[in-house]
Amino acid sequence: MRFQLTEDQKALRDGVRGLLAGRFGRAALRAAVEAPGLDRTLWRELGAAGFFALRLPEAEGGVGLGLPEAVLAFEEAGRFLLPGPLVATHLAAGEVAGAATGETVVTAVHGGLVEWLTQADVVRGDTAGAEPLRSVDPLTPLHRVPGTAEPAPLVMLLTAAEQLGTAARTCELAVQHARTREQFGQPIGAFQAVKHLCAEMLVRVETARVAVYAAAVTADPLDIAAARLLADEAAVRGTRDCLQVHGGMGFTWESDVHLYLKRAWVRTQRGESVTESEERLARELLSGTG
Amino acid sequence: MDLTRTPEEEEFRAGLRTWLAKALPSLPPKPSPDDWPARRAYDLGWQRMLYDAGYAGLHWPLDAGGRGATPTQHLIFLEETEKAGAPYVGANFVGLLHAGPTIAAEGTPEQRARWLPPVLRGEEVWCQGFSEPDAGSDLAALRTRAWRDGDDYVVSGSKIWTSHAEVADWCELLVRTDPAAPKHRGISWLALRMDAPGVTVRPLRTLAGSTEFAEVFLDDVRVPVAHRVGAENDGWRVTMVTLSFERGTAFVGEVVACRRVLGELAREAHRNGRWDDPVLRRHLGRLNAEFRALWRLTQWNVSEAQSTGGVPGVGGSVFKLRYSHARQELYDAAAEVLGPDAADLGREWTLDRLSSLSYTIAAGTSQIQRNIVAERILGLPKGR
Repeated sequence: MRFQLTEDQKALRDGVRGLLAGRFGRAALRAAVEAPGLDRTLWRELGAAGFFALRLPEAEGGVGLGLPEAVLAFEEAGRFLLPGPLVATHLAAGEVAGAATGETVVTAVHGGLVEWLTQADVVRGDTAGAEPLRSVDPLTPLHRVPGTAEPAPLVMLLTAAEQLGTAARTCELAVQHARTREQFGQPIGAFQAVKHLCAEMLVRVETARVAVYAAAVTADPLDIAAARLLADEAAVRGTRDCLQVHGGMGFTWESDVHLYLKRAWVRTQRGESVTESEERLARELLSGTG
Repeated sequence: MDLTRTPEEEEFRAGLRTWLAKALPSLPPKPSPDDWPARRAYDLGWQRMLYDAGYAGLHWPLDAGGRGATPTQHLIFLEETEKAGAPYVGANFVGLLHAGPTIAAEGTPEQRARWLPPVLRGEEVWCQGFSEPDAGSDLAALRTRAWRDGDDYVVSGSKIWTSHAEVADWCELLVRTDPAAPKHRGISWLALRMDAPGVTVRPLRTLAGSTEFAEVFLDDVRVPVAHRVGAENDGWRVTMVTLSFERGTAFVGEVVACRRVLGELAREAHRNGRWDDPVLRRHLGRLNAEFRALWRLTQWNVSEAQSTGGVPGVGGSVFKLRYSHARQELYDAAAEVLGPDAADLGREWTLDRLSSLSYTIAAGTSQIQRNIVAERILGLPKGR
């Protein structure tokens, strides 16, 4: 047992982080918020970098890596708040022509919602009767669908990885702010009330991290259900605490915190409901294999 | 990232399982929690069985008399012994997890030869003399004094919350040897004989009704200078080594136990009808996620220790914070399952619920752990 990132996995993570930092840094994020729309050039660049074809076998033109590597890439996407139907396109690689290279943008019905319905080239699932919503997340256009699709564990796992990235990033943002923002003649991070908020954020991030990574290794549906619960918690509570640490500034449109928080909220709706994940994990206790 | 065991690790697990299946039926009945001498005998007897089978001090280095097992093997040991219902480390806690590893890391060859074998053989019990009435969470504010007098230190002061003090042979004792130095310096780490003249133990009754720990009064107690581990006034550094052991590995077996209890809770709820409450079911489901993650965190920390080859890091604080709260939540859920029976002190889960209250306090309160995480991991400024 060696439950740590390998050197190759660290290099992959750093590579994706470098790519996204150069291509979708803060300025690009804010520009996207002001002019929402799918950046197809960026989509093709992601395709060229192997983001969508990561798990496709090399014989089929893919990168030939596994779920743990995909999870690391999606964690970085969550860290940068990369917009678009990333999970659906990744899962369509090898099944929908052009998805692997980023030429085709694929979306899918996840739970009762479809993201980026009108911008995507291909939609998977039944979208009959889809109604547009005024999405809470300025960077995720949404439609509501009457039926629900069968929840796919991999949708939940990759979403959990994005939640993890968002949780880790908002913890860093809170800590940066707490170190530099001065009140009462000292950085607010010197106050225990603020310090303890930040410490709890990190504890949630690290607990979610091991749950998500372990689920990527085992691909076990129960491990995935557990990972999604902890990653949702880390992201939703973490972004809220980050907003709290930012004080009044955190409640403004200019601060990025609300963007992380809103995306985290939207992601909790993907795959099976939180209630169903909890019920599934409860049932497992009765089986005695827990 | 790899969660599979190597063939060697699986072989180790199989051997351990076979031995446990044979050894456990020969154990004497568990003594009453209030009978300290019987508890000591029981815990030492189990340690002796481990020693004879070659499982004593599994994670200790070979040159300290241990087995030099990998952290993964240690994890397997804790997992399998707990699953088999083997006795907990009990009165051997401080010796095996604390004082022993500290002496192994910091002691002289003579000190290692004197103190380590009796711990492994189940002959001597250690207790921990760190906390004081006026210095609990602020450990470095300790005031127990030690003056040099020839080849001895003369020690006066008092210690508190000392588990197993009544039956301990030795105490890992922190004393102030230089009162003029800043509080983190001027501290030394001594091995104190509990039967030395001037040592008085007064048991303290806990809120659970039992005497789990004691106050220890030290009145001009003579401790040979040769019983100091590490340099004079360097005890704080030695202590940090000790505490990192405590926070890094002390709760591993308990996570396995909590997962077992959680399954028992679900089956009890199913039996008594409480299972029909969806709020309770969801709560239990969430706790399942929680303890699965805590087990993964354990595997992560153990793997990290294995790759750095050293002392567990501050990641232990992250684990301790999450685990201590999860354990309290587990027994709150047990009370929901029990209903009116949760008021019955005769129920094991009620007693466990009471003792779980100590987890967010012992070995550094949650508030202290959060300061450690915030300051040492996140780099936030120290408060005034």
